[in-house]
Amino acid sequence: MAEKIRVATASLAGCFGCHMSFLDIDERILDLVELVEFDRTPITDIKTIGECDLGLIEGGVANAENVEVLREFRRHCKILVALGACAVNGGIPAMRNAFELKDCLEESYVGGVGIYNPGIPNDPEIPLLLNKVHPIHEVVKIDYFLPGCPPSADAIWTFLTELLAGKPIDFPYTQIHYD
Amino acid sequence: MKVSLSSRGSFRFDGKEIPFTPGQTIMDAVLAAGEYIPHLCHNPEFAPHGSCRVCVVGVGGRQVSACTAPAAEGMVVDSSSEEIQGTRRAILQMLFVEGNHICPACEKSGACQLQAVAYYTGMLAPHFTHFFPRREVDASHPDFIIDFNRCILCELCVRASRDWDGKRVFGISGRGLASHLVIDSPTGRLGDSSFAATDKAAHVCPVGAILPKHRGYEVPIGERLYDREPISLVGDVAAHEEA
Repeated sequence: MAEKIRVATASLAGCFGCHMSFLDIDERILDLVELVEFDRTPITDIKTIGECDLGLIEGGVANAENVEVLREFRRHCKILVALGACAVNGGIPAMRNAFELKDCLEESYVGGVGIYNPGIPNDPEIPLLLNKVHPIHEVVKIDYFLPGCPPSADAIWTFLTELLAGKPIDFPYTQIHYD
Repeated sequence: MKVSLSSRGSFRFDGKEIPFTPGQTIMDAVLAAGEYIPHLCHNPEFAPHGSCRVCVVGVGGRQVSACTAPAAEGMVVDSSSEEIQGTRRAILQMLFVEGNHICPACEKSGACQLQAVAYYTGMLAPHFTHFFPRREVDASHPDFIIDFNRCILCELCVRASRDWDGKRVFGISGRGLASHLVIDSPTGRLGDSSFAATDKAAHVCPVGAILPKHRGYEVPIGERLYDREPISLVGDVAAHEEA
């Protein structure tokens, strides 16, 4: 049997909705694991990435850690995919780009409603926020884009099966949507 | 206008024979024949504008906007080659990165012509670097909001207000990248203008820039105009609006 395709996934500035949608392929995941071996992903809880054939990135880039993880994925994955609206164009987190970062932090931690012990967190373990949230293609080269909030399980399934079969990926109309 | 049969002509559109009468544009003739050319700033109820360029077609080795180019006898029109679809896709990608089009947070999503035309051209991502411009939302009017983040400067509201409502509520100010929609009122706000929910201008926006209040999710996501069928089959969103 041919060696299995190695797959890694990560959620950056996302809500894990795309990963939930991925799991919505339900029992088809049993067919999938016949073909692929999961590397670093929240599904295996492996924390470091090895050499992979395919990387799926959910979420945009909002902080310094997102940049680091994304660059690491690019270095280790032959094919890197933007999975979902936030990875594709920044999505909901990018709505903060309409405001100064300082104003966002002050609203959340200083002057907003119902705040106790006001003060902007500055623990060195907390990744520094970027001034703006960016789609991942603005940071590294991306090979495929799968839009949707989230992309449906069927869209993810179409993408994976046709990619693994080495076919051009052709989605039915209802599987591509930006919302 | 009375047109004799002898004045009718025809041209080839993606291999199909399309009849036309003199004075019709390529767009007029193609839509009348039940075929489709993607468009955003074009609305058959208004004079052609030719600004969004999404209706670009290939004619005789050149690219022209179908909504302004007159149909001519024997012309061969390409509307489906990868070259033409790629040009349209690039135009749409520029429209997407120039504004703030966060579809999951937009009430218009699923019934938005910008989305639907982008689906039609096979656009999967905006490709370019986002501008993330800072624009206002104007909720001052009791019945409608204007979200300038989503305006694509098609000028349909400008034309509708001027040519149909006789009000000139809207205009475009600035040039080039600084072009933006402005409202004719003492404060510049919609609530202080003569804009009314019954205006034609309230029902021609192809995107989610001019939206009625209190009705955002009456039609659930998943059951909207373009959720099941492409725009080439269901047509413009304005044609489905009750004015």
